[in-house]
Amino acid sequence: MIQPHGGTLINKELPEIERQKILREIHEFEKINVDSELMKDIKNIAFGVFSPLEGFMNENVTLSVLDHMYLENNIAWPIPILLHVSRDDVQKFSIGDSIILTNLSDEPKALLKIEDIYSYDKEEYAKKIYGTMDKNHPGIAKFFSQKEKLVGGEIFLINEISAVFPRMDLKPIETRILFKTKGWDKVAAFQTRNPPHLGHEYVQKTALTFVDGLFINPVIGKKKTGDFCDEVIINAYRELIDNYYPKNRIVLSTFETEMRYAGPKEAIFHAIARKNFGCDHIIIGRDHAGVNNYYDPYDAHKIFENFPDLGIEPLFFRSFSYCTKCNSIVNDKICPHSRELHKFFSGSKIRDILLSGKIPTPDIMRPEVAKVILNYRNPFCE
Amino acid sequence: MSEEANRDGDLTVSIPKILAEKIKERMKGTGFSSVSSYVTYILKQVLSSIGEEEKSKQAFTKEEEDKVKKRLRDLGYID
Repeated sequence: MIQPHGGTLINKELPEIERQKILREIHEFEKINVDSELMKDIKNIAFGVFSPLEGFMNENVTLSVLDHMYLENNIAWPIPILLHVSRDDVQKFSIGDSIILTNLSDEPKALLKIEDIYSYDKEEYAKKIYGTMDKNHPGIAKFFSQKEKLVGGEIFLINEISAVFPRMDLKPIETRILFKTKGWDKVAAFQTRNPPHLGHEYVQKTALTFVDGLFINPVIGKKKTGDFCDEVIINAYRELIDNYYPKNRIVLSTFETEMRYAGPKEAIFHAIARKNFGCDHIIIGRDHAGVNNYYDPYDAHKIFENFPDLGIEPLFFRSFSYCTKCNSIVNDKICPHSRELHKFFSGSKIRDILLSGKIPTPDIMRPEVAKVILNYRNPFCE
Repeated sequence: MSEEANRDGDLTVSIPKILAEKIKERMKGTGFSSVSSYVTYILKQVLSSIGEEEKSKQAFTKEEEDKVKKRLRDLGYID
């Protein structure tokens, strides 16, 4: 099976004796609240989804990632993982201190050993991460809402961080053992933030032809207004798999993290996470992790040329459509027919059809999947 | 390729001339004084990384594996 990124699967759960000691002494620590999206990052660091990271990035590591897309030890990493903290909170502690990170209900979740406290230029950081300064970009809008200071340091998990879908929230050690138990040597990951249409199905099944198993791994986390809600996506995939996929060759499990909409850099980030889950291939389609034409449709393919040492193999898929002449899903490399004979999988068109209460034609979306979506009064994020 | 052991037990391996020429090109500026020393260094690196790969193939103990399998069964991922 593929090695975790950096060679070691990180585990930042505290041994029980140490955990109990910290809980007994918890009143002695300063505490800061972090929001649910940062809690997801803490969980991902703790259980090795973000291996080799062991905490939030110090400034020198952040700058290395921003400027070179590599950690200081020459391991590929494209997007900084940052803990943003208010100016008021920063007054409570210093470098060398340990503090407790609590959720918004004040429940202690992790210990942070502070190694760095630093200011940051939001414009400079945003430009380097997203490649644009357009404040309409959903990732940039979110970035600018972050607090004023950054804190770096190692984290240790002291209490469980609850999952949105607990029965589908597998850690990397669990997916690796699952793939091993199933006898899967080659596993392709599919990243998604949408319910499946026939184009997705075509891409997934094409990849499945060449590997032992398919790991469908929807991103669960904060998304932009108008994206489908997490529960809709999960239930839509359950319906598709139940009706149209060889169930013994599919694993559906969630990846709890915020969508950054950072296009090509996020494609590498997604690839690293799935490598840590045990996948040796990842499907990269058109405009992966993109939004509103901020990125060229195939930038997410090209960026992989900069990471020949990434370890996980990208499976690049071109734009696909339904050709009425071929009577099947095709892509622009294999179909000779003109665009007029094609039906395209437009997310906005599918959304409009569903919003009108209608079921898209079966050459676009499986009716069973459409019915699941239509069961929701409002299937979209607000 | 051929190989033979010398009196000290060190193994001498012959490599094709074309490969040797490529290695000599590659060696330039590295500080290695001979093809032998350079190739020995490279082979050590390769063997070391293979060793690391074998170690990390099983990144979990039997106890961990059994505990995880129980959870996977409870969740319906395995029978």
